[in-house]
Amino acid sequence: MPDQLLFAIEVTMNGLMAGVLYALVALGFVLIFKASGIFNYAQGVMALFAAMTLVGIQNGQVPFAHLINAVFGTEVHHFGWHVPAILAILLTACVMVLFAWIVERYVLKHLVGQPDIILFMATIGLAYFMEGFGDLMWGADIKKLDVGLPQGGSFWLEENTAWLGGEGFYGFFIDKLDMVATVVAAILVASLVAFSQYTKQGRAMRAVADDHQAALSVGVSLRFIWVLVWSLAGFVALVAGIMWGAKSGVQFSLSLIALKALPVLMLGGFTSIPGAIVGGLIIGVGEKLFEFLIGAPFLGGATENWFAYMLALLFLVFRPQGLFGEKIIERV
Amino acid sequence: MLYREAGDFKTSYQKDSQTFPLKFDRMGYWTVMVVAFLVVPFVINDYWANAVAVPFLIYAIAALGLNILTGYAGQVSLGTGGFMAVGAYACYKLMTMFPEVSMLVHVVLAGGITALVGVLFGLPSLRIKGFYLAVATLAAQFFLVWLFNKVPWFYNYSASGQINAPERTVFGIIVTGPNTEAWAKYLFCLIFVVVLAWIARNLTRGMTGRKWMAIRDMDIAAEIIGVNPLMAKLTAFAVSSFFVGIAGALFFSIYLGAAEVGEAFGIQKSFLILFMIIIGGLGSIFGSFAGAAFMVLMPVFLKNVLVGGLGWPTDLAAHLEFIIVGGLIVVFLILEPHGLAQLWRLTKEKLRLWPFPH
Amino acid sequence: MNDMSADSYVTEDGRTIGGVVMEMKNITLRFGGVVAIKDISFDIREGEIRAIIGPNGAGKSSMLNVISGFYKPQEGEVMYRGEKRPPMKPYQVAQQGIARTFQNIALFDGMSVLDNIMTGRLNSMNASLLSQAVWWGKAQKEEFENREKVEKVIDFLEIQAIRKTPVGRLPYGLKKRVELARALAAEPSLLLLDEPMAGMNVEEKEDMSRFILDVNDEFGTTIALIEHDMGVVMDLSDRVVVMDYGKKIGDGTPDEVRNNQDVIDAYLGVAHD
Repeated sequence: MPDQLLFAIEVTMNGLMAGVLYALVALGFVLIFKASGIFNYAQGVMALFAAMTLVGIQNGQVPFAHLINAVFGTEVHHFGWHVPAILAILLTACVMVLFAWIVERYVLKHLVGQPDIILFMATIGLAYFMEGFGDLMWGADIKKLDVGLPQGGSFWLEENTAWLGGEGFYGFFIDKLDMVATVVAAILVASLVAFSQYTKQGRAMRAVADDHQAALSVGVSLRFIWVLVWSLAGFVALVAGIMWGAKSGVQFSLSLIALKALPVLMLGGFTSIPGAIVGGLIIGVGEKLFEFLIGAPFLGGATENWFAYMLALLFLVFRPQGLFGEKIIERV
Repeated sequence: MLYREAGDFKTSYQKDSQTFPLKFDRMGYWTVMVVAFLVVPFVINDYWANAVAVPFLIYAIAALGLNILTGYAGQVSLGTGGFMAVGAYACYKLMTMFPEVSMLVHVVLAGGITALVGVLFGLPSLRIKGFYLAVATLAAQFFLVWLFNKVPWFYNYSASGQINAPERTVFGIIVTGPNTEAWAKYLFCLIFVVVLAWIARNLTRGMTGRKWMAIRDMDIAAEIIGVNPLMAKLTAFAVSSFFVGIAGALFFSIYLGAAEVGEAFGIQKSFLILFMIIIGGLGSIFGSFAGAAFMVLMPVFLKNVLVGGLGWPTDLAAHLEFIIVGGLIVVFLILEPHGLAQLWRLTKEKLRLWPFPH
Repeated sequence: MNDMSADSYVTEDGRTIGGVVMEMKNITLRFGGVVAIKDISFDIREGEIRAIIGPNGAGKSSMLNVISGFYKPQEGEVMYRGEKRPPMKPYQVAQQGIARTFQNIALFDGMSVLDNIMTGRLNSMNASLLSQAVWWGKAQKEEFENREKVEKVIDFLEIQAIRKTPVGRLPYGLKKRVELARALAAEPSLLLLDEPMAGMNVEEKEDMSRFILDVNDEFGTTIALIEHDMGVVMDLSDRVVVMDYGKKIGDGTPDEVRNNQDVIDAYLGVAHD
């Protein structure tokens, strides 16, 4: 096989892996959107916050150390202990549930019935709040996240594929972390689908998604469902935060993956779980291939910054409800 | 002198549709004008111009622009930063191509060019609505920033990739470059603010404004009673981008002097302007000013109190700023979706009835 | 037009009913597999009050939406003033002089009553953006001329006191009246009213009936309306179309419809008597 084609295949595979991570973030959006009609811009910051909290707990960081030191003139930083990864993840999950409860109690409850766009802007405010709060609590420095996931390229794959190409080809390079992420995402999606199909809470969740009023009238607690959904989204954010954090460190740019998930949703439709996955894969592969074939050679590179949005924009002009969204019949 | 409308009868439709129906308000307005034009220029110094007055005026223009699109026409845009960049780079190209021409012309032309770009990105708004459109405007934001970063023609092939404002004049007075005096910067921006606010007011009280608001409040009904939705949305995009482009041109040439596109006009700028109109008041001209003032003054205030007063590190103040801004956005959306402008209106309402509130 | 005016006639109360203004020919409208309107034809004559009645889900509002150009029927033609109407956007239909109100009030909540009614005038205002931006010349002149017309409508419907009130704060009955005012401000040649009296008490219904009759009488406006209240319909209208499950089951004067066996079976018989 010609090397160029092999490189293109490698790019495609890496794109698929990136797409899985996009899909993972997009999934958090879909969950909340389906159950409450809220387009949660804060999803990315939730991932960042979850990752920061995880690292903080693991390393025994003192919360708000910076603030405490500034106010009281003290010098506290660490408790001096290390928490095992599993326990830290569980504790972080608890924090995310607490967060979901607070959001429902103090924000959502007061915004019921407002226009979608107001809710959307409220979540932008929420994102800013959380970002500042996270930085204040754990510090804004770039942190290393290590929960024992395998890192680096897979030599096995590289060695066993090198024979495919010629002199310039050393075999497919694929990060082990990306492979793990793919498996984890697949498990997560499967369990979420199972949860919403086969449990009582899952059915209640789908009922709420279909019709708030009708669900209320048969005795589903809207507020409980919202807390549940935001907790699930918090959990998805935690997983996404771990994957991205392990890959490129816990830092502000992590919250920007939320922005990448938006075109994924526009492509897949805001209400469709399969849509989020397919959309994620299309965007992941599309932007990597576009950069490889057109962006880098002809446009000066870095086209990943906008490719996804342009694709989604063009796509929406022709199919406003997305790939899997339901067609809207307008009425007056 | 009481804040009353009694005795102030309107005898013509002309009088009935004036901007400040109450005499007291009209006097207040003229007082502000006199102070802004005849007092401030003589007392302003570099610190006040650069830290408060000039950014406030420029952000007020940008907020007016976004408020026309979002507050009046109901089309949420997250591409304000990108459109400001168009204004800035258009202005830069014009300044370097035609050095003799007055800055007034450059800035207005930059606004015009931005209006064209705005219309282009506004075209999908006919098919895409609500937050789908908000996300679609992100395409403009990221694409435009990338474009100005990657195409050297836009920054005249400078090694740093930055654009630098050369010295240019208006009627012989230097308004850009390092030798500009504080009062000249201030007055130059002030003139744009006053004229543009007046235009915004005229458009929003007339039929164009009604069409925008009709589309915002109920787009289907608006179309059925005769509003051409594409035209209404595109005029909103055009006028809004014109304002935002002028703001971008001024931001670069007068305020910054040198700019790197990702830093000066990134997505954060889009959010900043959006926050201004949420806090100030959606669909309100006064609100655009209030929001701009608030978002310019708050960091200055925090910095002075926390860093200057209490001796805290600057990064703490920055974190707190995020918390306060984010918290305020949520609080305003919950308690007062019409922002500071509505609080002001309610205060006036109370004043009108004072001291007999019933 | 001449041959059609030949069959014009004068009603008992002295109004002249002219020729056919609008004719719906074999309209069929489907949403996916659901047939909302099935092969319906009827006409509306100049100066008359034409009612469309039928039980819930009969397709009445869909029919009004077809006339407004909001729904595009899969089959059939809309004839307007003797000519086949080409495919049109709703706003183009409005420009032809067709105004309407909505079943679930569709006012612009963020605007004052006056501004809402002023939007009714938008088809007769065309000052350039520039003129509007500087509030000078044509824009200003146009604004005040049209304001005068709007004030006449405001007087006519007796809503002077709430002129500057934001629409969102008004009670239901007044909102309905403001919506009628907005439609009237357009000086339409055909006025479509979608359940103008839904949800009103007896007194409000009487007021609204009086306004509808006055509009028809004073301005000679042709009116097509959908209404549930049978008593009101029979009193108000010159001719009635009866729909059931998307099909037309009766068409004629109130008396003819009242005695039509199909109508009695499908609608009146079930409702009362």
